[in-house]
Amino acid sequence: MSSGDTTRFILDPGNESKPAIRRQLPRLPDLAGRSIGLLDISKARGDLFLDRLESRLRDHGANVLRFSKPTFTKPAPLDLRQQIAVECDAVLEALAD
Amino acid sequence: MKTELPSGLVVVVKRDCPTCELVAPVLADLASRGALSIYSQDDPDFPEGLAVRDDRELELSYHHDIEAVPTLLRVEEGREVERTEGWHRGDWEKLTGLSGLGRDLPDWRPGCGSLSQLPEQRAALRARFESDTLRARRIPLAPLEDVYEALHERGWSDGLPMIPPTPERVLTMLDGTSRAPDEVVAEVPPDLVPCSVEKVAINAVMAGCRPEYLPVVLSALEAACNDDFNMHGVLCTTMPVGPILIVNGPIRRRIGMNSGKNVFGQGNRANQSIGRALQLVIRNLGGGRPGEVDRATHGNPGKLGLCFAEDEEGSPWEPYCCDAGFEAGTDTVTLFAAEGPRCIVDQISREPESLARSLAAGLRGVAHPKTVMGMDALLAVGPEHARVFREAGWSKTQLLERLNELLTISGEELVRGAGGIAEGLPERLRGASLPKFRPGGLRVVHCGGAAGLFSTIFGGWAGGAMGSQPVTREVRP
Repeated sequence: MSSGDTTRFILDPGNESKPAIRRQLPRLPDLAGRSIGLLDISKARGDLFLDRLESRLRDHGANVLRFSKPTFTKPAPLDLRQQIAVECDAVLEALAD
Repeated sequence: MKTELPSGLVVVVKRDCPTCELVAPVLADLASRGALSIYSQDDPDFPEGLAVRDDRELELSYHHDIEAVPTLLRVEEGREVERTEGWHRGDWEKLTGLSGLGRDLPDWRPGCGSLSQLPEQRAALRARFESDTLRARRIPLAPLEDVYEALHERGWSDGLPMIPPTPERVLTMLDGTSRAPDEVVAEVPPDLVPCSVEKVAINAVMAGCRPEYLPVVLSALEAACNDDFNMHGVLCTTMPVGPILIVNGPIRRRIGMNSGKNVFGQGNRANQSIGRALQLVIRNLGGGRPGEVDRATHGNPGKLGLCFAEDEEGSPWEPYCCDAGFEAGTDTVTLFAAEGPRCIVDQISREPESLARSLAAGLRGVAHPKTVMGMDALLAVGPEHARVFREAGWSKTQLLERLNELLTISGEELVRGAGGIAEGLPERLRGASLPKFRPGGLRVVHCGGAAGLFSTIFGGWAGGAMGSQPVTREVRP
């Protein structure tokens, strides 16, 4: 069989919708008066760590909101993610393991 | 684009065919009597002296399913209404409505194979004429680029070499399923990317699958990507677990899977490549890569892909798919989140009670001897151990009930500090009596070689709704 085109192709096995670069959101200029979410992933003793973070954030004038995932083994449910996005200026997800 | 047929008589020939050479005078005769279009597969100067159309690209031959040369067609208004293959005077005269064709020739000669039917050519022709059914991005390779290195450099490999997913191979892979290439199979974690049958086929090619394995891979992906199995959690945990695939039903034999000797080991293409294909989809589509979202402390070599078939024929019990609610004889694939295998050796027990105690002692160690109701386990009973239960008439349910009784443990052994080990349960549970496994957390399959008084334990991961549950899906063609 004759064919002039000898270019070899392979097919992309990956996610073609993935952006090459994901930009970070700008940092908050300060914490005073901001609503900061603390997401407990529900691993043992994570609350000790988050309690300390809450105390430090309040010292900076932040309004702290606490959230927790039903289980650390699974992603946060969609409604929880949406609630955090609506209510918070920033969120800290933390665990102690 | 499908090549249109000119109306009238059409013949497809090749010079490298003695029958085509033989009928060349007949073609000259037909051409002189009216409309005859001649297509040559290998030489546009053959037959000499006649107007010949060039089909060296085999476009017409491919689209009109020419199986032999010469093939003579009668075409009306662009549609084939009759065809004959090879040389048979009666058939040619009937088709053309002309008499006295090839008087000097023998009455009959078989033709030769069409170039468009060469087995080594079929995949390339399909890719040339049908690859518009493929949607995936085509990535060109530089002329001197080593394709095997390219696959590694682009981050698609699990560390081992892979088969390059060319359009030819992917189209051939897609023959393995009746599902449409653009059907979405699942949203693959962790990035929750919609994954088409075609993308699964691409990764199945890379993993080394044959097309007939593809339905198992597709069903395995469905079993992985849901809240029950929780592939996201299985992937990102620090525990050394990955999806183990258990295949039941006649498809095990049809695709040549191993359920016997070295069942969890190397050497069987289907076992090795099906599990690997699932893991490659999670890596390449879902974005689940070790060291990134995959946070495993140690991992295990089964995370390259661990797939096996149950030995149903030699089992004293109903196949695993029945435990999952399917009828025996159904093609199914089950996913179980687990660590690597470990062997339980008992070469002395010939009574089921004694053997059950051995197996329970081995199962006690899953995760930690003090861990209860947290981690699931899969017990793969070997044929020589299964024989002990068969001869005693123990059903699978009976074995599971006895194991769970033997694995009901006093809190005194489980609390923190017991046995001089700080790990353990809170002191308030000292008076409790607790089961090693949650209800349904221990599963049993039968497989392995005929020699060896062994069974194998796979320690699982956090079981139930708070972790991962085994998920079984029917394998659809």
